[in-house]
Amino acid sequence: MINEEEVKKIADLASLKLSEEETKTFAKQLSDIVDYVEKLDELDTDDIVPTAYTIPVKNVLRKDEVEESLDIEKVLKNAPEELDNQFRVPKIMDEDN
Amino acid sequence: MKLYTRTLSDLKEMLVEERVKLDDIYESISYRVKNVEPLVKAYVNQNEEIDLDELDEKDYEDTYLKGLPIAIKDNMSTENLKTTCSSKMLEDYVPPYNATVVNKIKEAGGIITGKTNMDEFAMGSSTENSAFNPTVNPWGKNRVPGGSSGGSAAAVAAGMAPVALGSDTGGSIRQPASFCGVVGLKPTYGAVSRYGLVAFASSLDQIGPLARNVDDIALMMNVIAGNDEKDSTCVDRTYPDFTEYLKNDVEGYKIGIPNQYFEMDIDDEVKESVMNAVKQLEKAGAKVEKVDVTGAEYALAAYYIIATAEASSNLARYDGVRYGLRAEDANNLNDMFTETRQQGFGEEVKRRIMLGTYVLSAGYYDDYYLKAQKVRTLIKNDFDELFEEYDLIVSPTTPTTAFEIGEKRDPLEMYAADIFTVPVNIAGIPAISVPCGFDNKGLPIGIQLMGPHFKEEKLIQAAYSLEKILDLDIDYPDLEMEV
Repeated sequence: MINEEEVKKIADLASLKLSEEETKTFAKQLSDIVDYVEKLDELDTDDIVPTAYTIPVKNVLRKDEVEESLDIEKVLKNAPEELDNQFRVPKIMDEDN
Repeated sequence: MKLYTRTLSDLKEMLVEERVKLDDIYESISYRVKNVEPLVKAYVNQNEEIDLDELDEKDYEDTYLKGLPIAIKDNMSTENLKTTCSSKMLEDYVPPYNATVVNKIKEAGGIITGKTNMDEFAMGSSTENSAFNPTVNPWGKNRVPGGSSGGSAAAVAAGMAPVALGSDTGGSIRQPASFCGVVGLKPTYGAVSRYGLVAFASSLDQIGPLARNVDDIALMMNVIAGNDEKDSTCVDRTYPDFTEYLKNDVEGYKIGIPNQYFEMDIDDEVKESVMNAVKQLEKAGAKVEKVDVTGAEYALAAYYIIATAEASSNLARYDGVRYGLRAEDANNLNDMFTETRQQGFGEEVKRRIMLGTYVLSAGYYDDYYLKAQKVRTLIKNDFDELFEEYDLIVSPTTPTTAFEIGEKRDPLEMYAADIFTVPVNIAGIPAISVPCGFDNKGLPIGIQLMGPHFKEEKLIQAAYSLEKILDLDIDYPDLEMEV
């Protein structure tokens, strides 16, 4: 069971700001989904090794060589706000802090 | 015969034999798009840069794809062409580079017709989660095309593109292919580069083709399969010429029918149609046996833990700083993050981020994420053992045919549409959905063939054989009359 208090806590962790309505709906729906996935407890997995990737993956390294990068101007075209080839963001703290 | 109804392989042959001109093909397709797109709404953005007057088959003479048109799901990056993931978050995003698959298609002489609609960030099974509009199934105007690659499936089914690329995290190529009466292949995890694919669940996501026949699937696999130094999960190996496996021959194939799948709640007509197809394969010389596997419901449960956990991490990048939407008038940086995410994400995306964050949060990791990763081992081992003895495992692609737009409102009910496709992603194996019949409403039914890791050619040969044996007359839904 996930209550509204927990939903707010999770939303905070996920940097989501939910409306009252969403908080209510999600409490119910997430509880239902979590109930469903708890089906997995029926399977005995005590001695089972977890699988993260289904094929053997290894670190792929490349030589540390300087190559051409993406065009800065083109990349910054998608930036909501930019200044001197940097991303510009709002103040980290409120005016009165 | 109208050119837009032709397959990629047909058109390629006609161009080679100089029986058709490239601009005739594009003219036919653009006529079709003009007539049916207002109803189907398969595209988010069409490539406006294709100039019919400039098209010359001579320019593509030496290429594999001969200048032919290909539609791309809107979660694969296309330089200078918007890539929105059907999300408000990326509504105006123009990638500064191409996904590797897009480069491969271009290098092979393919032309991108446009970007197809999808469930937002590929999260959904009906394309209703698109932030812009739902796509309509060409086979029934009140029916969903499936999802999340619903736009790709609908575009191919309606004759707006001979082939399309989709992505498949839990069934997002195969389920819409089944709903729209087309063929869809999810390749082995690691067979196709995902560089430039907007990430949803990185241990499951895979790019693959949708087409109107198996020949075109083989053709497209020849173009997109292969290693990529920009995707470290891509496997360095040599792939065969897949078109060499377009053989009507299943003699000696051993096929397993999973008891646990067929015991589930499946439409009678779907079950009947799939079992008929299996019988036909048996008649053609395949050996069919019932087998036991871990129930698909466990794969589905594990999927909704693994996929949402990975999504919650992957989607953390949408913070309004570097690209995409930024909420205006935020007082400080933190408010800007949360406001942006509140405004930019739709309901299903938020739900999955919430679930993923929950299962990864302190105190729950072992109970959920670790448990799901262990169940993944069980499911993978199941398939590995079966494939020591069997060439293919066969099931319906979906328990039902296309449902109605607006019919499924409960998230769990929607998730159940992927029950037979999800185990394949959990195990990382390849699978193909092939049309095998129609229900009494005239809606297509699909059969799913699953194979061992990196044995796409086995699937292609069996799927091709089935297509020839069943010889379904898949005509075109008469959409033009309805506009």
